[in-house]
Amino acid sequence: MRQIRSILEGVGSTVQLLLRALSYVATLPRQSSRFIEQCYLIGYTTLPIVGILSFFIGSVLALQAGYSMQNFGVMQFIGSLVGLSLARELGPVMVAILVTGRVGSAITAELASMKVYQEVDALITMNIPPERMLVLPRLAAVAVMMPVLTVIANIVGWFGGAMICKYTAFISLSPKAYFASMVQYTKFKDVFDGMVKAEVFGLVVVLVCCNIGLNTRGGPREIGASVTRAVVVSLILILVLDYFVTKILI
Amino acid sequence: MASPASQPNPLPAAESPAVGVSVEALSKSYGKLDVFKDVTFAVEPGEIFVLMGPSGSGKSVLLRQVAGLETPTSGRVMIDGHDAGSAETREHVRRALVFQAGALFNSLSVYDNLALYPREHQMGTEDQIREKVMRALEILSLGKTAETFPSQLSGGMKKRVAIARALVMEPQLLLYDEPTSELDPVMSATIDEIIGSLRKEYHVTSVVVSHDCDLALSIADRVGFLMDGRLVHVGKPADLREPADPRIAEFLNPKIDVGNPRFKKIHTET
Repeated sequence: MRQIRSILEGVGSTVQLLLRALSYVATLPRQSSRFIEQCYLIGYTTLPIVGILSFFIGSVLALQAGYSMQNFGVMQFIGSLVGLSLARELGPVMVAILVTGRVGSAITAELASMKVYQEVDALITMNIPPERMLVLPRLAAVAVMMPVLTVIANIVGWFGGAMICKYTAFISLSPKAYFASMVQYTKFKDVFDGMVKAEVFGLVVVLVCCNIGLNTRGGPREIGASVTRAVVVSLILILVLDYFVTKILI
Repeated sequence: MASPASQPNPLPAAESPAVGVSVEALSKSYGKLDVFKDVTFAVEPGEIFVLMGPSGSGKSVLLRQVAGLETPTSGRVMIDGHDAGSAETREHVRRALVFQAGALFNSLSVYDNLALYPREHQMGTEDQIREKVMRALEILSLGKTAETFPSQLSGGMKKRVAIARALVMEPQLLLYDEPTSELDPVMSATIDEIIGSLRKEYHVTSVVVSHDCDLALSIADRVGFLMDGRLVHVGKPADLREPADPRIAEFLNPKIDVGNPRFKKIHTET
């Protein structure tokens, strides 16, 4: 009973945080430097790890597909399999998980530290709402950067798959055949649906991480506990929401 | 060292008049722990009210209620006729709190810490803000620290930066939590002068939480004593010289008796 109450309180406070942050949306043009800084942190600094991981995920996907399909003589469909899998599922989920680990944890640590050391209280007494200064620029930045990161992850993953298909002896599928199959079966809607998913995941991750950070109480030890909680809750939510968003989009 | 006396016009006068504070039957509990109970007092516009009391008596918690950072368990705090925690008060009353530990923004330089409020509230051009910030830093002898970060400052310097940040806000109500702790005697005297001159020249209402009896005697219009969760005394600073309440007398002039059993215990333990 207590846990259910705690979950409901968490959902309620996160929704409240979203609504309060959105009520300051008109101030966003004045906060352009904060928005750009957050775009840099969420997008640019996450890009290398997104590139490396998506390349290898695309490669492994092609390798596994080639291994499984070699007995059925349907190697030409590897391109469509890698294309669809990355665009609809693996791309957005992987980017969301990376953003949680790379950015979400940092957001929670920063906000929890600000809360514990009374910086948030100082903002409130200065009549600078934390939702306006600390939450809104992060939400706007993640809304812009998640689709961009997802598209980049998809493209890098697709090329990773193409390389494996070309240079793996038992597959030996030319890039032309690989991409022809991909283009034939992977439509713009598939990529767009993936971007929608990534958008939802990104916003939820940032909201959850901000909310847990801003509700941290106690001393420095609680900062670590908040980061752990934020990452765990975000990862669970990504996978749970993945099912429901997919169900809606299909 | 710069002192307010040598800076006749440290900050431009606030456009809005001073505000009064009314604390009415205020009680605060955390779970079963009662921090204070049924506290009532009023601070007149432009008055300096010093709240004293032993550590753990709830002074800082009371100050947080006045700052609108916490909701009371019962009773209310009114500022200029509006609830201290209401959006109306936040919007219309410029209220600054000097936190005991400074509460500076660690990711911003000292200059940006001070410039944050005027920038967020669009209180002038960047040049005007720079002038205002540098003047506040000069008053507190912090001119050379503008580009440093809070992590590079000592505890006392952080406290001075926090006071400078409050000055830049041109507050109508200034709340101080132990403003002179961690400061040397000269800087403590400067802070006393600043609090006094803000009242004299700009009619700023001040609520000061402090253990510092000298500060209370030199600048307070009235002094309140919070003990065991109760406001046991409100009166003129002169009352502190010969307090009627023996608890206040003991707090202000503690008699150290090395023959007391508690000292013997410490001696045995060490």
